[in-house]
Amino acid sequence: MNKVLMLLFVAGLAIIPLVSGDFYINLATQILIAAVFALSLNLLVGYGGLTSLGHVAFLGLSAYICAWTSTKLGVAPLVAIGLSLVITTIMSALFGLIALRATGLGFLMITLAISQVLWGLAYRWASVTNGDNGISGLTRPSLFGLSLDSASSFYWLTLIISIFAFILMAAFAMSAFGSSLQGTRDQARRMRALGYNVWLIRWITFIYSGFWAAVAGLLYVYYNKYIHPSALSVTASAEALLAVIAGGAGTLGGPIVGAALLVFLKNYASSFVERWNMLLGFIFVLIVLLMPDGIVPGVQRLIRRMRGAQS
Amino acid sequence: MSHATPALEIVGLNKVFGGLRATQDVNLHIVQGDRRLLIGPNGAGKTTLFNQITGDIIPTSGQIKLFGQDVSKLRPDQRAHLGLSRTYQIITLFPKNTILHNVALGLLGLSNERWNLFRPMARASHLHDEAQTILESVGLGAMSNKLVSQIAYGEKRRLEIALALAQKPKVLLLDEPLAGLSTQERLTVKNLIANIPKETTVVLIEHDMDTALDLAESVTLLHYGKVIVDGTREDVISDPRTREVYLGH
Ligand SMILES: Nc1ncnc2c1ncn2[C@@H]1O[C@H](COP(=O)(O)OP(=O)(O)OP(=O)(O)O)[C@@H](O)[C@H]1O
Ligand SMILES: [Mg+2]
Repeated sequence: MNKVLMLLFVAGLAIIPLVSGDFYINLATQILIAAVFALSLNLLVGYGGLTSLGHVAFLGLSAYICAWTSTKLGVAPLVAIGLSLVITTIMSALFGLIALRATGLGFLMITLAISQVLWGLAYRWASVTNGDNGISGLTRPSLFGLSLDSASSFYWLTLIISIFAFILMAAFAMSAFGSSLQGTRDQARRMRALGYNVWLIRWITFIYSGFWAAVAGLLYVYYNKYIHPSALSVTASAEALLAVIAGGAGTLGGPIVGAALLVFLKNYASSFVERWNMLLGFIFVLIVLLMPDGIVPGVQRLIRRMRGAQS
Repeated sequence: MSHATPALEIVGLNKVFGGLRATQDVNLHIVQGDRRLLIGPNGAGKTTLFNQITGDIIPTSGQIKLFGQDVSKLRPDQRAHLGLSRTYQIITLFPKNTILHNVALGLLGLSNERWNLFRPMARASHLHDEAQTILESVGLGAMSNKLVSQIAYGEKRRLEIALALAQKPKVLLLDEPLAGLSTQERLTVKNLIANIPKETTVVLIEHDMDTALDLAESVTLLHYGKVIVDGTREDVISDPRTREVYLGH
Protein backbone atom coordinates (compact mmCIF):
# COMPACT_ATOMS: atom_id res chain seq x y z
CA MET A 1 0.00 0.00 0.00
CA ASN A 2 2.68 2.42 1.09
CA LYS A 3 4.98 1.23 -1.68
CA VAL A 4 2.28 1.70 -4.33
CA LEU A 5 1.71 5.25 -3.12
CA MET A 6 5.44 5.94 -3.24
CA LEU A 7 5.72 4.62 -6.79
CA LEU A 8 2.75 6.72 -7.87
CA PHE A 9 4.35 9.74 -6.25
CA VAL A 10 7.65 9.14 -8.04
CA ALA A 11 5.84 8.57 -11.33
CA GLY A 12 4.02 11.84 -10.79
CA LEU A 13 7.33 13.59 -10.22
CA ALA A 14 8.84 11.98 -13.30
CA ILE A 15 6.17 13.32 -15.67
CA ILE A 16 6.29 16.93 -14.44
CA PRO A 17 8.46 18.03 -17.41
CA LEU A 18 5.94 16.51 -19.82
CA VAL A 19 3.02 18.47 -18.50
CA SER A 20 4.40 21.83 -17.46
CA GLY A 21 6.63 24.67 -18.56
CA ASP A 22 10.15 25.62 -17.53
CA PHE A 23 9.04 27.74 -14.58
CA TYR A 24 7.46 24.82 -12.77
CA ILE A 25 10.16 22.39 -13.85
CA ASN A 26 12.77 24.66 -12.31
CA LEU A 27 10.66 25.11 -9.20
CA ALA A 28 10.47 21.34 -8.87
CA THR A 29 14.24 21.04 -9.34
CA GLN A 30 14.83 23.56 -6.57
CA ILE A 31 12.46 21.68 -4.30
CA LEU A 32 14.30 18.41 -4.89
CA ILE A 33 17.66 19.99 -4.12
CA ALA A 34 16.30 21.63 -0.98
CA ALA A 35 14.75 18.28 -0.01
CA VAL A 36 18.05 16.38 -0.28
CA PHE A 37 19.67 19.07 1.83
CA ALA A 38 16.86 19.05 4.41
CA LEU A 39 16.97 15.24 4.57
CA SER A 40 20.67 15.36 5.33
CA LEU A 41 20.13 17.93 8.06
CA ASN A 42 17.29 15.84 9.45
CA LEU A 43 19.69 12.96 10.16
CA LEU A 44 21.38 15.22 12.69
CA VAL A 45 18.42 17.21 13.96
CA GLY A 46 15.63 14.66 13.80
CA TYR A 47 17.33 11.32 14.36
CA GLY A 48 20.36 12.45 16.31
CA GLY A 49 18.82 15.27 18.35
CA LEU A 50 21.75 17.45 17.29
CA THR A 51 20.43 20.81 16.17
CA SER A 52 22.87 22.33 13.71
CA LEU A 53 22.63 25.95 12.69
CA GLY A 54 25.51 25.68 10.27
CA HIS A 55 24.65 22.88 7.94
CA VAL A 56 25.03 25.07 4.83
CA ALA A 57 28.77 24.93 5.49
CA PHE A 58 28.84 21.60 3.67
CA LEU A 59 26.52 22.60 0.85
CA GLY A 60 28.55 25.76 0.32
CA LEU A 61 31.93 24.08 0.61
CA SER A 62 31.04 21.47 -1.95
CA ALA A 63 29.54 24.04 -4.31
CA TYR A 64 32.55 26.33 -4.04
CA ILE A 65 35.07 23.53 -4.54
CA CYS A 66 33.23 22.37 -7.64
CA ALA A 67 32.88 25.88 -9.10
CA TRP A 68 36.45 26.86 -8.31
CA THR A 69 38.17 23.72 -9.60
CA SER A 70 36.02 23.73 -12.73
CA THR A 71 36.27 27.37 -13.71
CA LYS A 72 39.69 28.38 -12.35
CA LEU A 73 41.66 25.13 -12.52
CA GLY A 74 39.79 23.81 -15.51
CA VAL A 75 39.56 20.25 -14.21
CA ALA A 76 37.11 17.82 -15.76
CA PRO A 77 33.60 17.76 -14.26
CA LEU A 78 34.01 14.27 -12.86
CA VAL A 79 37.20 15.31 -11.08
CA ALA A 80 35.56 18.46 -9.75
CA ILE A 81 32.63 16.43 -8.47
CA GLY A 82 34.91 13.83 -6.89
CA LEU A 83 37.04 16.50 -5.22
CA SER A 84 33.96 18.29 -3.87
CA LEU A 85 32.54 15.14 -2.33
CA VAL A 86 35.83 13.88 -0.88
CA ILE A 87 37.06 17.19 0.52
CA THR A 88 33.67 18.15 1.93
CA THR A 89 33.30 14.76 3.59
CA ILE A 90 36.77 15.06 5.12
CA MET A 91 35.94 18.57 6.30
CA SER A 92 32.73 17.33 7.89
CA ALA A 93 34.79 14.73 9.76
CA LEU A 94 37.09 17.51 11.03
CA PHE A 95 34.27 19.91 11.88
CA GLY A 96 32.48 17.04 13.57
CA LEU A 97 35.47 16.57 15.87
CA ILE A 98 35.06 20.17 17.00
CA ALA A 99 31.28 20.46 17.05
CA LEU A 100 30.67 17.18 18.87
CA ARG A 101 32.67 18.30 21.85
CA ALA A 102 29.26 19.59 22.87
CA THR A 103 25.60 18.75 22.46
CA GLY A 104 22.49 20.92 22.68
CA LEU A 105 23.10 24.64 22.67
CA GLY A 106 26.87 24.22 22.57
CA PHE A 107 26.64 22.11 19.44
CA LEU A 108 24.34 24.66 17.85
CA MET A 109 26.74 27.51 18.60
CA ILE A 110 29.81 25.67 17.28
CA THR A 111 28.12 24.67 14.03
CA LEU A 112 26.93 28.25 13.64
CA ALA A 113 30.44 29.57 14.27
CA ILE A 114 32.03 27.19 11.76
CA SER A 115 29.60 28.13 9.01
CA GLN A 116 30.09 31.81 9.80
CA VAL A 117 33.84 31.40 9.37
CA LEU A 118 33.29 29.82 5.95
CA TRP A 119 30.80 32.54 5.05
CA GLY A 120 33.41 35.16 5.97
CA LEU A 121 36.05 33.33 3.95
CA ALA A 122 33.76 33.21 0.92
CA TYR A 123 33.49 37.00 1.09
CA ARG A 124 37.09 37.78 1.98
CA TRP A 125 39.19 35.22 0.15
CA ALA A 126 38.47 36.95 -3.14
CA SER A 127 41.40 35.45 -5.06
CA VAL A 128 39.65 32.11 -4.87
CA THR A 129 36.00 32.91 -4.36
CA ASN A 130 35.66 36.21 -6.26
CA GLY A 131 34.23 37.65 -3.03
CA ASP A 132 30.89 39.32 -3.39
CA ASN A 133 30.85 38.69 -7.14
CA GLY A 134 30.61 34.97 -6.62
CA ILE A 135 31.91 32.39 -9.07
CA SER A 136 30.06 32.25 -12.36
CA GLY A 137 30.74 30.60 -15.68
CA LEU A 138 30.21 27.05 -14.54
CA THR A 139 28.70 24.91 -17.28
CA ARG A 140 26.72 21.74 -16.81
CA PRO A 141 28.56 18.70 -18.09
CA SER A 142 26.83 16.35 -20.46
CA LEU A 143 25.92 12.89 -19.32
CA PHE A 144 26.62 10.01 -21.73
CA GLY A 145 26.43 12.52 -24.56
CA LEU A 146 23.14 13.93 -23.33
CA SER A 147 23.14 17.65 -22.68
CA LEU A 148 21.90 18.72 -19.25
CA ASP A 149 21.29 22.29 -20.33
CA SER A 150 17.54 22.10 -20.64
CA ALA A 151 15.39 22.52 -17.56
CA SER A 152 13.81 19.10 -18.06
CA SER A 153 17.00 17.07 -18.53
CA PHE A 154 18.56 18.61 -15.43
CA TYR A 155 15.35 18.01 -13.53
CA TRP A 156 15.36 14.33 -14.40
CA LEU A 157 18.97 13.95 -13.35
CA THR A 158 18.20 15.73 -10.08
CA LEU A 159 15.19 13.48 -9.56
CA ILE A 160 17.24 10.30 -10.00
CA ILE A 161 19.94 11.51 -7.61
CA SER A 162 17.31 12.65 -5.10
CA ILE A 163 15.67 9.23 -5.15
CA PHE A 164 19.01 7.58 -4.51
CA ALA A 165 19.74 10.04 -1.73
CA PHE A 166 16.34 9.42 -0.18
CA ILE A 167 16.71 5.65 -0.27
CA LEU A 168 20.19 5.70 1.23
CA MET A 169 19.26 8.18 3.96
CA ALA A 170 16.02 6.32 4.75
CA ALA A 171 17.95 3.04 4.98
CA PHE A 172 20.42 4.70 7.32
CA ALA A 173 17.64 6.00 9.58
CA MET A 174 15.89 2.61 9.70
CA SER A 175 19.02 0.50 10.15
CA ALA A 176 20.34 -0.96 13.37
CA PHE A 177 22.72 1.98 13.41
CA GLY A 178 19.78 4.35 12.96
CA SER A 179 18.07 2.75 15.95
CA SER A 180 21.22 3.30 17.97
CA LEU A 181 21.35 6.90 16.81
CA GLN A 182 17.78 7.50 17.96
CA GLY A 183 18.66 5.84 21.24
CA THR A 184 21.49 8.32 21.77
CA ARG A 185 19.02 11.12 21.07
CA ASP A 186 16.46 9.88 23.61
CA GLN A 187 18.64 8.45 26.38
CA ALA A 188 22.35 8.93 25.78
CA ARG A 189 23.32 7.84 29.26
CA ARG A 190 21.56 4.53 29.06
CA MET A 191 23.00 3.93 25.60
CA ARG A 192 26.50 4.24 27.03
CA ALA A 193 25.66 1.79 29.79
CA LEU A 194 24.31 -0.60 27.16
CA GLY A 195 27.66 -0.62 25.38
CA TYR A 196 27.23 2.03 22.68
CA ASN A 197 29.96 4.49 21.87
CA VAL A 198 27.66 7.50 21.76
CA TRP A 199 30.29 9.90 20.52
CA LEU A 200 31.31 7.69 17.62
CA ILE A 201 27.70 7.14 16.60
CA ARG A 202 27.19 10.89 16.46
CA TRP A 203 30.41 11.47 14.58
CA ILE A 204 29.61 8.91 11.90
CA THR A 205 26.18 10.51 11.51
CA PHE A 206 27.74 13.95 11.24
CA ILE A 207 30.02 12.75 8.42
CA TYR A 208 27.26 10.91 6.58
CA SER A 209 25.03 13.94 6.85
CA GLY A 210 27.88 16.15 5.59
CA PHE A 211 28.34 13.89 2.58
CA TRP A 212 24.71 14.24 1.53
CA ALA A 213 24.80 17.98 2.07
CA ALA A 214 27.78 17.95 -0.33
CA VAL A 215 25.67 16.10 -2.88
CA ALA A 216 22.98 18.76 -2.47
CA GLY A 217 25.70 21.39 -2.92
CA LEU A 218 26.73 19.91 -6.27
CA LEU A 219 23.16 19.87 -7.52
CA TYR A 220 22.77 23.41 -6.25
CA VAL A 221 25.85 24.78 -8.01
CA TYR A 222 25.15 23.01 -11.31
CA TYR A 223 21.53 24.11 -11.19
CA ASN A 224 22.43 27.76 -10.64
CA LYS A 225 25.71 27.61 -12.59
CA TYR A 226 26.81 30.15 -10.02
CA ILE A 227 27.74 30.36 -6.36
CA HIS A 228 27.65 33.37 -4.07
CA PRO A 229 28.65 33.73 -0.38
CA SER A 230 24.98 34.15 0.55
CA ALA A 231 24.63 30.37 0.04
CA LEU A 232 26.66 30.10 3.27
CA SER A 233 24.63 32.59 5.30
CA VAL A 234 22.96 31.87 8.63
CA THR A 235 19.66 32.62 6.96
CA ALA A 236 20.16 29.71 4.60
CA SER A 237 20.94 27.35 7.48
CA ALA A 238 17.99 28.63 9.48
CA GLU A 239 15.63 28.20 6.55
CA ALA A 240 16.67 24.58 6.13
CA LEU A 241 16.26 24.01 9.85
CA LEU A 242 12.79 25.55 9.70
CA ALA A 243 11.90 23.30 6.78
CA VAL A 244 12.95 20.21 8.74
CA ILE A 245 11.11 21.25 11.90
CA ALA A 246 7.97 22.47 10.11
CA GLY A 247 7.78 19.33 7.98
CA GLY A 248 8.47 17.04 10.91
CA ALA A 249 11.93 16.34 12.32
CA GLY A 250 12.78 12.68 12.68
CA THR A 251 10.37 11.58 9.96
CA LEU A 252 11.32 10.60 6.42
CA GLY A 253 8.63 12.64 4.71
CA GLY A 254 8.85 15.73 6.88
CA PRO A 255 11.96 17.34 5.40
CA ILE A 256 10.60 16.84 1.89
CA VAL A 257 7.30 18.51 2.74
CA GLY A 258 9.11 21.28 4.59
CA ALA A 259 11.53 21.87 1.71
CA ALA A 260 8.69 21.95 -0.82
CA LEU A 261 6.84 24.48 1.29
CA LEU A 262 9.93 26.61 1.77
CA VAL A 263 10.92 26.75 -1.91
CA PHE A 264 7.35 27.25 -3.03
CA LEU A 265 6.76 30.12 -0.63
CA LYS A 266 10.08 31.72 -1.48
CA ASN A 267 9.42 31.66 -5.21
CA TYR A 268 5.78 32.47 -5.05
CA ALA A 269 5.56 34.93 -2.23
CA SER A 270 8.64 36.87 -3.29
CA SER A 271 6.95 37.73 -6.57
CA PHE A 272 4.16 39.69 -4.94
CA VAL A 273 5.12 40.42 -1.35
CA GLU A 274 8.16 42.55 -0.81
CA ARG A 275 8.69 41.43 2.76
CA TRP A 276 8.29 37.79 1.89
CA ASN A 277 10.64 36.78 4.67
CA MET A 278 8.07 38.02 7.15
CA LEU A 279 5.36 36.04 5.44
CA LEU A 280 7.56 32.96 5.54
CA GLY A 281 8.20 33.46 9.24
CA PHE A 282 4.52 33.98 9.90
CA ILE A 283 3.54 30.79 8.11
CA PHE A 284 6.15 28.75 9.90
CA VAL A 285 5.07 30.11 13.28
CA LEU A 286 1.52 29.13 12.42
CA ILE A 287 2.58 25.59 11.51
CA VAL A 288 4.58 25.14 14.68
CA LEU A 289 1.67 26.44 16.75
CA LEU A 290 -0.90 24.19 15.08
CA MET A 291 1.28 21.12 14.67
CA PRO A 292 4.10 21.33 17.20
CA ASP A 293 5.87 18.24 15.89
CA GLY A 294 5.52 19.21 12.24
CA ILE A 295 3.21 18.81 9.29
CA VAL A 296 3.78 15.11 8.56
CA PRO A 297 3.18 13.83 12.10
CA GLY A 298 0.37 16.38 12.50
CA VAL A 299 -1.45 15.23 9.39
CA GLN A 300 -0.92 11.58 10.28
CA ARG A 301 -2.54 12.23 13.63
CA LEU A 302 -5.47 14.04 11.98
CA ILE A 303 -6.04 11.10 9.64
CA ARG A 304 -5.91 8.65 12.51
CA ARG A 305 -8.40 10.72 14.45
CA MET A 306 -10.77 10.94 11.50
CA ARG A 307 -10.56 7.18 10.98
CA GLY A 308 -11.20 6.71 14.68
CA ALA A 309 -14.25 8.96 14.51
CA GLN A 310 -15.67 6.96 11.59
CA SER A 311 -15.50 3.56 13.20
CA MET B 1 40.74 -16.55 35.94
CA SER B 2 40.82 -17.98 39.43
CA HIS B 3 37.90 -17.74 41.80
CA ALA B 4 40.06 -15.70 44.10
CA THR B 5 39.92 -12.77 41.66
CA PRO B 6 37.11 -10.57 42.91
CA ALA B 7 34.39 -9.70 40.38
CA LEU B 8 34.53 -6.12 41.51
CA GLU B 9 37.21 -4.45 43.56
CA ILE B 10 37.33 -0.84 44.63
CA VAL B 11 40.52 0.63 46.06
CA GLY B 12 40.83 3.96 47.85
CA LEU B 13 37.97 5.61 45.98
CA ASN B 14 37.19 9.28 46.57
CA LYS B 15 34.76 11.66 44.92
CA VAL B 16 34.45 15.30 45.83
CA PHE B 17 31.62 17.48 44.51
CA GLY B 18 32.68 21.03 45.25
CA GLY B 19 33.03 20.89 49.02
CA LEU B 20 30.99 17.71 49.43
CA ARG B 21 32.85 14.45 49.86
CA ALA B 22 30.35 12.04 48.35
CA THR B 23 32.73 9.08 48.38
CA GLN B 24 35.41 8.85 51.07
CA ASP B 25 38.21 6.35 50.85
CA VAL B 26 35.94 3.48 49.88
CA ASN B 27 37.43 -0.01 49.59
CA LEU B 28 35.25 -2.89 48.47
CA HIS B 29 35.96 -6.47 47.60
CA ILE B 30 33.09 -8.33 46.00
CA VAL B 31 33.65 -11.96 45.12
CA GLN B 32 32.26 -13.66 42.04
CA GLY B 33 28.68 -14.77 42.46
CA ASP B 34 28.14 -12.62 45.54
CA ARG B 35 24.82 -11.00 46.32
CA ARG B 36 25.92 -7.73 47.87
CA LEU B 37 23.45 -5.35 49.46
CA LEU B 38 24.58 -1.74 49.62
CA ILE B 39 22.59 0.13 52.20
CA GLY B 40 22.72 3.60 53.65
CA PRO B 41 20.44 6.56 54.34
CA ASN B 42 19.45 9.14 51.72
CA GLY B 43 22.46 10.93 50.34
CA ALA B 44 24.93 8.37 51.67
CA GLY B 45 26.62 8.23 48.26
CA LYS B 46 25.29 4.89 47.03
CA THR B 47 24.26 6.03 43.56
CA THR B 48 27.42 8.10 43.27
CA LEU B 49 29.41 4.95 43.91
CA PHE B 50 27.51 3.12 41.14
CA ASN B 51 28.10 6.03 38.78
CA GLN B 52 31.82 5.72 39.35
CA ILE B 53 31.81 1.97 38.87
CA THR B 54 30.06 2.35 35.50
CA GLY B 55 32.16 5.32 34.44
CA ASP B 56 29.33 7.85 34.31
CA ILE B 57 31.34 10.04 36.64
CA ILE B 58 35.08 10.12 37.11
CA PRO B 59 36.41 9.55 40.63
CA THR B 60 38.61 12.20 42.21
CA SER B 61 41.03 9.42 43.10
CA GLY B 62 41.12 5.67 43.46
CA GLN B 63 40.78 2.56 41.38
CA ILE B 64 38.01 0.32 40.11
CA LYS B 65 38.80 -3.21 38.98
CA LEU B 66 36.59 -5.68 37.17
CA PHE B 67 37.87 -9.25 37.44
CA GLY B 68 41.29 -7.91 38.26
CA GLN B 69 41.42 -5.48 35.34
CA ASP B 70 41.73 -1.80 36.16
CA VAL B 71 38.82 -0.14 34.34
CA SER B 72 39.18 3.30 35.92
CA LYS B 73 40.22 4.88 32.63
CA LEU B 74 37.65 3.14 30.44
CA ARG B 75 34.49 4.71 29.04
CA PRO B 76 31.11 3.41 30.23
CA ASP B 77 30.47 1.57 26.95
CA GLN B 78 33.83 -0.19 27.20
CA ARG B 79 33.00 -1.31 30.73
CA ALA B 80 29.67 -2.65 29.47
CA HIS B 81 31.56 -4.79 26.98
CA LEU B 82 33.53 -6.25 29.86
CA GLY B 83 30.31 -7.54 31.39
CA LEU B 84 29.12 -4.67 33.55
CA SER B 85 25.47 -3.70 33.49
CA ARG B 86 23.22 -1.53 35.61
CA THR B 87 19.73 -0.24 36.29
CA TYR B 88 18.78 3.23 37.41
CA GLN B 89 17.10 4.57 40.51
CA ILE B 90 15.31 7.09 38.31
CA ILE B 91 13.76 5.14 35.44
CA THR B 92 15.91 5.59 32.34
CA LEU B 93 14.16 3.96 29.39
CA PHE B 94 13.35 4.86 25.79
CA PRO B 95 9.83 6.26 26.21
CA LYS B 96 8.95 6.66 22.53
CA ASN B 97 9.70 3.03 21.72
CA THR B 98 7.96 -0.24 22.37
CA ILE B 99 9.00 -2.43 25.26
CA LEU B 100 10.34 -4.93 22.76
CA HIS B 101 12.49 -2.32 21.03
CA ASN B 102 13.89 -1.26 24.41
CA VAL B 103 15.16 -4.74 25.11
CA ALA B 104 16.33 -5.16 21.50
CA LEU B 105 18.46 -2.06 21.99
CA GLY B 106 19.94 -3.71 25.06
CA LEU B 107 20.85 -6.74 22.98
CA LEU B 108 22.13 -4.71 20.05
CA GLY B 109 24.53 -2.78 22.27
CA LEU B 110 26.86 -5.72 22.67
CA SER B 111 26.44 -7.03 19.11
CA ASN B 112 28.54 -5.89 16.17
CA GLU B 113 25.35 -5.46 14.21
CA ARG B 114 24.96 -2.09 15.85
CA TRP B 115 27.42 -0.75 13.27
CA ASN B 116 25.32 -1.93 10.34
CA LEU B 117 24.35 1.26 8.55
CA PHE B 118 21.94 -0.18 6.01
CA ARG B 119 20.32 -3.41 7.21
CA PRO B 120 16.84 -2.58 8.51
CA MET B 121 16.44 -2.94 12.26
CA ALA B 122 12.92 -4.25 11.66
CA ARG B 123 14.41 -7.27 9.94
CA ALA B 124 16.72 -8.19 12.83
CA SER B 125 14.27 -10.90 13.88
CA HIS B 126 16.75 -12.81 16.04
CA LEU B 127 17.13 -9.70 18.23
CA HIS B 128 13.40 -9.37 18.54
CA ASP B 129 12.89 -13.06 19.27
CA GLU B 130 15.50 -12.99 21.97
CA ALA B 131 14.04 -9.78 23.39
CA GLN B 132 10.63 -11.43 23.52
CA THR B 133 12.06 -14.37 25.47
CA ILE B 134 13.66 -12.03 27.97
CA LEU B 135 10.43 -10.08 28.37
CA GLU B 136 8.57 -13.30 29.03
CA SER B 137 11.08 -14.17 31.74
CA VAL B 138 10.22 -10.94 33.58
CA GLY B 139 6.49 -11.33 32.99
CA LEU B 140 6.13 -8.62 30.36
CA GLY B 141 5.82 -10.93 27.36
CA ALA B 142 2.16 -10.16 26.72
CA MET B 143 2.68 -6.42 26.39
CA SER B 144 5.85 -6.29 24.31
CA ASN B 145 4.29 -4.12 21.62
CA LYS B 146 3.14 -1.41 24.01
CA LEU B 147 5.02 1.85 24.19
CA VAL B 148 6.97 2.50 27.37
CA SER B 149 4.90 5.64 27.86
CA GLN B 150 1.77 3.44 28.05
CA ILE B 151 2.84 1.03 30.79
CA ALA B 152 2.56 1.25 34.55
CA TYR B 153 5.36 2.24 36.89
CA GLY B 154 5.84 -1.25 38.28
CA GLU B 155 6.17 -2.60 34.76
CA LYS B 156 8.78 0.02 33.95
CA ARG B 157 10.78 -1.14 36.98
CA ARG B 158 10.76 -4.65 35.62
CA LEU B 159 11.71 -3.42 32.16
CA GLU B 160 14.69 -1.62 33.71
CA ILE B 161 15.88 -4.99 34.97
CA ALA B 162 15.07 -6.78 31.71
CA LEU B 163 17.18 -4.28 29.80
CA ALA B 164 20.14 -4.96 32.05
CA LEU B 165 19.60 -8.73 32.04
CA ALA B 166 19.49 -8.73 28.23
CA GLN B 167 23.20 -8.08 28.36
CA LYS B 168 23.87 -11.26 30.30
CA PRO B 169 26.07 -9.28 32.64
CA LYS B 170 28.83 -10.73 34.75
CA VAL B 171 28.38 -7.92 37.24
CA LEU B 172 24.93 -6.40 37.64
CA LEU B 173 24.32 -3.19 39.58
CA LEU B 174 20.72 -2.64 40.66
CA ASP B 175 19.94 0.83 41.99
CA GLU B 176 16.84 0.61 44.22
CA PRO B 177 14.94 -1.83 42.00
CA LEU B 178 12.14 -2.01 44.57
CA ALA B 179 11.61 1.73 44.96
CA GLY B 180 8.00 2.82 44.76
CA LEU B 181 6.57 -0.66 44.26
CA SER B 182 3.52 -2.11 46.00
CA THR B 183 3.95 -5.09 48.33
CA GLN B 184 2.71 -7.40 45.60
CA GLU B 185 5.06 -5.97 42.97
CA ARG B 186 7.94 -6.13 45.39
CA LEU B 187 7.49 -9.85 45.71
CA THR B 188 7.52 -10.25 41.94
CA VAL B 189 10.70 -8.23 41.51
CA LYS B 190 12.42 -9.91 44.46
CA ASN B 191 11.67 -13.27 42.87
CA LEU B 192 13.12 -11.99 39.66
CA ILE B 193 16.31 -10.94 41.39
CA ALA B 194 16.54 -14.17 43.37
CA ASN B 195 16.39 -16.08 40.09
CA ILE B 196 19.29 -14.28 38.47
CA PRO B 197 21.85 -16.95 37.57
CA LYS B 198 24.55 -17.48 40.15
CA GLU B 199 27.34 -16.67 37.64
CA THR B 200 26.16 -13.09 37.75
CA THR B 201 27.53 -11.05 40.62
CA VAL B 202 24.81 -8.74 41.89
CA VAL B 203 25.20 -5.48 43.80
CA LEU B 204 21.92 -4.12 45.02
CA ILE B 205 21.23 -0.71 46.51
CA GLU B 206 18.44 -0.17 49.01
CA HIS B 207 18.10 2.60 51.49
CA ASP B 208 15.85 0.70 53.88
CA MET B 209 17.54 -1.79 56.09
CA ASP B 210 14.97 -4.57 55.87
CA THR B 211 13.50 -4.41 52.39
CA ALA B 212 16.02 -6.50 50.56
CA LEU B 213 17.94 -8.15 53.37
CA ASP B 214 16.73 -11.63 52.48
CA LEU B 215 18.25 -11.29 49.00
CA ALA B 216 21.71 -10.53 50.33
CA GLU B 217 24.65 -12.70 51.21
CA SER B 218 26.87 -9.82 52.21
CA VAL B 219 26.11 -6.26 53.15
CA THR B 220 27.94 -2.95 52.98
CA LEU B 221 26.67 -0.02 54.99
CA LEU B 222 27.53 3.39 53.60
CA HIS B 223 27.13 6.63 55.51
CA TYR B 224 28.30 10.11 54.46
CA GLY B 225 30.27 8.53 51.66
CA LYS B 226 32.16 6.17 53.97
CA VAL B 227 31.96 2.44 54.43
CA ILE B 228 30.79 2.02 58.03
CA VAL B 229 30.34 -1.73 58.20
CA ASP B 230 31.17 -4.39 55.66
CA GLY B 231 30.72 -8.14 55.94
CA THR B 232 28.32 -11.07 55.93
CA ARG B 233 24.68 -10.32 56.40
CA GLU B 234 24.67 -11.58 59.99
CA ASP B 235 27.74 -9.59 60.93
CA VAL B 236 26.36 -6.35 59.62
CA ILE B 237 22.93 -6.79 61.22
CA SER B 238 24.38 -7.44 64.61
CA ASP B 239 26.98 -4.69 64.42
CA PRO B 240 26.15 -1.85 66.82
CA ARG B 241 27.25 0.78 64.26
CA THR B 242 24.45 -0.41 61.97
CA ARG B 243 21.87 0.26 64.66
CA GLU B 244 23.44 3.62 65.29
CA VAL B 245 23.12 4.76 61.67
CA TYR B 246 19.56 3.52 61.39
CA LEU B 247 18.16 4.27 64.82
CA GLY B 248 20.69 6.68 66.29
CA HIS B 249 19.26 9.94 65.02
N1 LIG C 1 26.49 15.44 40.21
C1 LIG C 1 26.48 15.86 41.48
N2 LIG C 1 26.92 17.09 41.81
C2 LIG C 1 26.92 17.51 43.09
N3 LIG C 1 26.51 16.78 44.12
C3 LIG C 1 26.06 15.53 43.88
C4 LIG C 1 26.02 15.01 42.55
N4 LIG C 1 25.52 13.75 42.60
C5 LIG C 1 25.26 13.50 43.89
N5 LIG C 1 25.58 14.56 44.68
C6 LIG C 1 25.48 14.62 46.13
O1 LIG C 1 26.23 13.55 46.63
C7 LIG C 1 25.56 12.98 47.77
C8 LIG C 1 25.34 11.52 47.54
O2 LIG C 1 24.31 11.37 46.57
P1 LIG C 1 23.80 9.96 46.05
O3 LIG C 1 22.81 10.20 45.01
O4 LIG C 1 24.96 9.13 45.70
O5 LIG C 1 23.11 9.38 47.34
P2 LIG C 1 22.32 8.02 47.54
O6 LIG C 1 23.00 7.29 48.61
O7 LIG C 1 22.13 7.34 46.24
O8 LIG C 1 20.94 8.54 48.10
P3 LIG C 1 19.44 8.08 47.81
O9 LIG C 1 19.13 6.98 48.77
O10 LIG C 1 18.66 9.29 48.12
O11 LIG C 1 19.37 7.67 46.39
C9 LIG C 1 24.29 13.77 47.97
O12 LIG C 1 24.52 14.74 48.96
C10 LIG C 1 24.06 14.41 46.62
O13 LIG C 1 23.39 15.63 46.76
MG1 LIG D 1 20.59 6.85 45.06
